[in-house]
Amino acid sequence: MTNIGSKLTLSFQTFRSHRLRSFLTMLGIIIGVTTVIAILSLIEGLNRTVAEQVQSIGSDLIFLQKFSWVQTGHRDLDKLAGRPDLLPDDAEVITKLSSVEIAIPQISRQLRKLKYKDNEVSNSSVAGSDENYSWVNNYVVESGRDFSRDDVLHRRAVGIIGSYIATNLFPDETAVGKDLYLNGHRVKIIGVFKEKGTFLGNSLDDYILIPYTVFEKFFPIPRGSLWSRVYGGYSISIKAKDGMKIEETIDQVRELMRRRHGLGFDEDDDFELNTQQILMDLYQSITNVGFIAIIAIAAISLVVGGIGIMNIMLVSVAERTREIGIRKAVGASNNNILAQFLIESIVLALVGGLIGIVFGMLLAWLISAVSPLKASVSFWMILLGFGFSASVGIFFGIYPARRAASLNPIEALRYE
Amino acid sequence: MKKKTDSICRAVDIAKTYWLGKVAVEALRGVSLDIERNDYVSIMGASGSGKSTLVHILSCLDTPTSGKYYLENTLVSKYSDEELAKIRNKFFGFIFQSFSLLPRLSALDNVALPLIYRNVSKHERIAKAKEIIDSVGLADRMYHRPNELSGGECQRVAIARALVNDPKVIYADEPTGNLDSKTGAEIMEIFDRLVDEGNTVVMVTHDMNVAAHARRTVKLRDGQIIDD
Repeated sequence: MTNIGSKLTLSFQTFRSHRLRSFLTMLGIIIGVTTVIAILSLIEGLNRTVAEQVQSIGSDLIFLQKFSWVQTGHRDLDKLAGRPDLLPDDAEVITKLSSVEIAIPQISRQLRKLKYKDNEVSNSSVAGSDENYSWVNNYVVESGRDFSRDDVLHRRAVGIIGSYIATNLFPDETAVGKDLYLNGHRVKIIGVFKEKGTFLGNSLDDYILIPYTVFEKFFPIPRGSLWSRVYGGYSISIKAKDGMKIEETIDQVRELMRRRHGLGFDEDDDFELNTQQILMDLYQSITNVGFIAIIAIAAISLVVGGIGIMNIMLVSVAERTREIGIRKAVGASNNNILAQFLIESIVLALVGGLIGIVFGMLLAWLISAVSPLKASVSFWMILLGFGFSASVGIFFGIYPARRAASLNPIEALRYE
Repeated sequence: MKKKTDSICRAVDIAKTYWLGKVAVEALRGVSLDIERNDYVSIMGASGSGKSTLVHILSCLDTPTSGKYYLENTLVSKYSDEELAKIRNKFFGFIFQSFSLLPRLSALDNVALPLIYRNVSKHERIAKAKEIIDSVGLADRMYHRPNELSGGECQRVAIARALVNDPKVIYADEPTGNLDSKTGAEIMEIFDRLVDEGNTVVMVTHDMNVAAHARRTVKLRDGQIIDD
C-alpha cells in the first residue's frame, strides 16, 4: 500500500478541479448530518432542562398518593376513587419509620381570583400543609415568618404567599400583615416565599400556603365527583433519611401502608408511591422513541447522500478510465486503484460530514437563540456525525472503487 | 537459441485469442521471440497483424491464452494481476502514442508516478524525477502541466516517466505517431541515445523511417512472425 498522504493530496486535487460537482454531491450528506446534529443537540438540551427540573423535586422525596404519576393504559377512575383516603394521621405514623426523616400531609385547590385593592391575580391555588412544608420542599421564607406548630394546632387563619402573588398583589407595599380573601375566607399573610421559578412550565410561586387544619375548615373535600375523590385529597410527602437508599424507604412505607389498610398478601397496593425517578423514566421512554425516529430519518438522508456519492464516483471512474489505465501500466496494482477511489469517496463523505456538523451546530445555536429551546452539543454527536459519514463513504464508495480496480489496463488505455 | 543469460524476455509459442461476442479472434498464433539485453527492436506489421497484442503480452499488460513467457528465466505467463502490476513497475517503462500523461499532474509529478507504486519516499521520488527530467532536457518545464507543453515535450515527459524506475526494457507504442516528422526525429534520437547508453528498447511502429533506427525488425502478419 502506498502512502496515504499522497492519496489524500490526490483526492483534494480532484475536488478542487470539480468544486461545484463535489459540493452538490456532498449536499445529501451535509443535509443529513446537519439535521441529525441540530435535532440531537436540541433533544439533548431538552433532556438537560427536564432532568434539572425533575431533579429539583428532590431525589430523596417520595409522594404517597392515590394515583400514579405515570399511567400506562386505561385509567380506572372508579377504582382509584374507591381507594382509602390518605390522611394527616398517615404522615404522623410514617414519620416514625426508621428510614424516614419526615412525612407531611399536603393538599391543594385551585382558587378563584385573588384581589387586593385594585390588583388581582387569577389561577392561583391554595395549599394546605404543616410547619415542615418549606423545609421538605426547599422553600425559603424571604420575609415575615414560617408556620409554627401552634399555627397548625390552633387552626390560625394565616398564610405564606408565593413571590408571584406578592409582586402582583402588593407591588408597592409589604405583603406581610395584610389580609387576603380566599374564596371569601379571610387569611392573614405572615410571610412571603422566595422565588422558586417554574416546574415543567408551571409557576411554583403562584400559590398561598395555609395550615392544613385551616384548609380543611375552609375547603372541605368535595365528595361528589370521581375526579376530586382521586385528585382532591391529601397526598403525603415523605423525605427519606440522609444516606438511606430510597428503595428501602419505599419498602418500609409500602409495608406500613398495607398494614394500615389491612391488605392481604395477595391483594394489590391501594396507594401509589411516586418519585422523581418514575418521571425521568417516563420522559426517557418518550424521548427514546424520538431518538429512534431521528436515527431513521438520518439513515434515510444518509442513504440518499450515499447514493449521490456512489453516482458521482461511478461518473468519476468512467471519466478517468484512461488515468486508471496509465496508472496500472506504470505499476499500480488493483489494490492501489481501489484505495485511491475509496479514499476519494471517504474524503468526499467526511468533508460533507464536517460541513454538516458545523451547519448543524450553527442551526442548533440559532434555534436556541430565537426560541425557548436550549440546544446542547455533545462530543459524542460530533463523533457520530463523523462516524456516519465515514461509513457512508466506505459503503457507497466500495462499488465504484472495485469497478475502477477491476478495469483491464489495455482497454482502459485505449479509452478516449 | 542464444545463451539463456542474455535473454531478458523470452516468449515461447505464444497464442492469444479474443472473444468478440461469439466470434473468436486469433490475434497471435504461435509467436516465439527473444529479446536480449541492449536490444533495439522494432515490431512492424499492418493494423490487425497482432503487433500491439504481442507488445501487451511482452510488457505484461496482458497474459497469453497459451504458450509460455519468461522474464529473466522466470515463468510469468500465469502470474496474477497483482504480481503483473509489480513486474510492470519493476521491469518496464512505457511510452504510448498519445503520451498518456495525467492531465492534472505537473510534468515532474507525471515522471514520478511509477515511483509512488514502489513506496519510494516523496523526497526521493522528486529527486529522482528531477534528475531524469533534466536528462531529457525539460528541466525548465517540469512544473508545467501537460496542456502547457508541446507534443514533443509531452513525449519527452513520457520518456522520462518510462526511465524513472530504471527499467530493464522500454516499450514504446508508435512513439512518433502523434508528432510531426522533425519532432519525431528528435524523439528517435533520444531512443538511439538510450540504446547507446545500454538500455533495451522495443517499439511498435508502421513507419519504415522509425523502424530503420532499430537494429532488429520483427515483422508480423496475421498473428505470426514473418521476418526477424
